[in-house]
Amino acid sequence: MTVIEEPDSATRRIRPPEDDTVLDVRDLQMRYGSTDVLTGVTFAARRGEVLGLLGPNGAGKTTTIEILEGFRMRSAGEVSVLGIDPAQGDEAWRARLGVVLQSWRDHGKWRVRELLAHLGTYYTPYATGGARGPWDPDELVSAVGLTEHAHKRVGRLSGGQRRRLDVAIGIVGRPELLFLDEPTVGFDPEARREFHDLVHRLSDDEDTTILLTTHDLDEAEKLADRIVILAGGAIIADGSADELSRRMSTEAEIKWTRDGQRFVHSTLDSTKFVHDLFRQYGEAIGDLEVRRASLEDTYVAMVREHEAGRGTAAVRKFEGATR
Amino acid sequence: MRSGKANAMRAGWSRGIIELRHMLSTPQDLWTFFFFTAILLAVTIFMRGSTVEGTSFSLGSMTLPSILGMSIASGGLTNLTQMLTVEREDGTLLRAKAVPDGMLGYLVGKVVLVSGLTLVNIAALLIPGLFLFSGIATGGVGSWLTFAWVLALGLAACLPLGAILGSMFSNPRMMGLIMFPIMGAVGISGIFYPTSALPEWLQGIAQVLPIYWLGLGMRSALLPDGLSAVEIGHSWRHLETLGVLGLWAAFGLTVAPIVLRRMARRESGSSVAARREKAMQRVT
Ligand SMILES: Nc1ncnc2c1ncn2[C@@H]1O[C@H](COP(=O)(O)OP(=O)(O)OP(=O)(O)O)[C@@H](O)[C@H]1O
Ligand SMILES: [Mg+2]
Repeated sequence: MTVIEEPDSATRRIRPPEDDTVLDVRDLQMRYGSTDVLTGVTFAARRGEVLGLLGPNGAGKTTTIEILEGFRMRSAGEVSVLGIDPAQGDEAWRARLGVVLQSWRDHGKWRVRELLAHLGTYYTPYATGGARGPWDPDELVSAVGLTEHAHKRVGRLSGGQRRRLDVAIGIVGRPELLFLDEPTVGFDPEARREFHDLVHRLSDDEDTTILLTTHDLDEAEKLADRIVILAGGAIIADGSADELSRRMSTEAEIKWTRDGQRFVHSTLDSTKFVHDLFRQYGEAIGDLEVRRASLEDTYVAMVREHEAGRGTAAVRKFEGATR
Repeated sequence: MRSGKANAMRAGWSRGIIELRHMLSTPQDLWTFFFFTAILLAVTIFMRGSTVEGTSFSLGSMTLPSILGMSIASGGLTNLTQMLTVEREDGTLLRAKAVPDGMLGYLVGKVVLVSGLTLVNIAALLIPGLFLFSGIATGGVGSWLTFAWVLALGLAACLPLGAILGSMFSNPRMMGLIMFPIMGAVGISGIFYPTSALPEWLQGIAQVLPIYWLGLGMRSALLPDGLSAVEIGHSWRHLETLGVLGLWAAFGLTVAPIVLRRMARRESGSSVAARREKAMQRVT
């Protein structure tokens, strides 16, 4: 078994476990047959935090989430979910989790509201023991925008409607911790916006901790308080979207006009460049615009850099800087 | 606080009732479900003219209870097996796993559903049968008591077997492989053709399987006592029926939880996705 060197793992272990740490993953490893999918994944999430897990296809996002949900046995590493090892999680623990997997097509004959009401009943006995008890089915149906289809058969829903139902089922027990594996695949722009509102509402009003994966980086930037990028079996970056783009020192794009002419310039040090620009031309500068790299730019740069073999160096540089 | 397990059993009960309602209100399900029942009823009607060898008793009246016995066995076995394999593929089981005590609720629901379907099926055969055939259930309360315990014990013997088979086969298209042995078992179990007329080694096999005893038990409940003369050993052999069905029930109830738990443990999003992918490849 290989032990991936974590430059800061020593400091982390010494740090007393914070009370509001909901999710704590240390050196998680997973091997399918002879392929190592996860070689040493380490990250954590605090209560109420929205964590975006990004990574290329096949990076192991679903695998990681399924291990945290207790659906899959890990090969090695320490995992604590709501203070409990998922491999030993009991039903009371499960009642505090919400799960939206990457794809379902179950319960085709059930009606939307009927199914939500039924699944909600399983949570009632746990309402007093930490979990918060189920949503009212009508409220829930309306929260995911399915009121019109409340009495439709699940099998007759469109792809996006079906996905909304999946999200509804995931939160029916008012989970403390919600796992969303590519929740918005197939959503139209309006549904996407409604979903984003719902996620904000869950994390702000209900203090729900959310771990979500998505390939939509705008979405990740909008929703996630913090981004973790998984590539090559390990976390290659961990921080807010802003921190990541600063850390990657990706070039910012600066646009301005002078004497009616438009100029564009890309640079690593935008502050200094703008300063020099004004010193040189003063009030002749107009329409100044500085665009920092988007999360997508940062993400692509990071994954590329990682694939080019300089990944480990980037992790060190980055982690050293944030801690 | 109500316990999670008790609550899940109750949820499972309503789950079973809801799914029973779904099936009985879906034309396609009703058709596939009752098509076979209708054929069986037609077969017995054709047999009405003939008599049981050596007696003046209608062969149709004799076959109807045997068919009831067969329906309990095959309904419990094949319905549950099929539902488990299909719902493993479509993710229903995984969903149950994601909900607290969901697996328990799921299983209770399935037992309620399949038992309910079996009852409906039996009623659909028996109620017309009572009008169409003479000499059925002439024994009064005693008849119905025997009927009740054979039915209950039969379900207890066959449902766990269905659950075991359903957890072993992950591919719904493997059902064909299960159907052949079941049809073979029906052939030697004295449903349409008396087991006593078969070679002894076949008789031996038949008397290990639950179908033979369910048929015999149903005949003993619904036919006049005199007809026990044409059975093996010239008796209804209630004690043996109780023994064999009881052993199957004990076996099933011991093994099923182990197999089911193992299957449930293996269920995960990726395994559901992998099965679906395979299914898609078969289609295209
Ligand atoms: N049950 C399994 N057996 C063998 N290999 C598997 C299994 N499940 C996943 N894998 C492999 O593990 C790797 C990670 O898969 P995973 O589904 O976790 O990726 P992902 O990051 O979720 O990808 P995507 O963005 O496509 O959803 C893939 O290479 C996949 O082929
Ligand atoms: Mg995935």
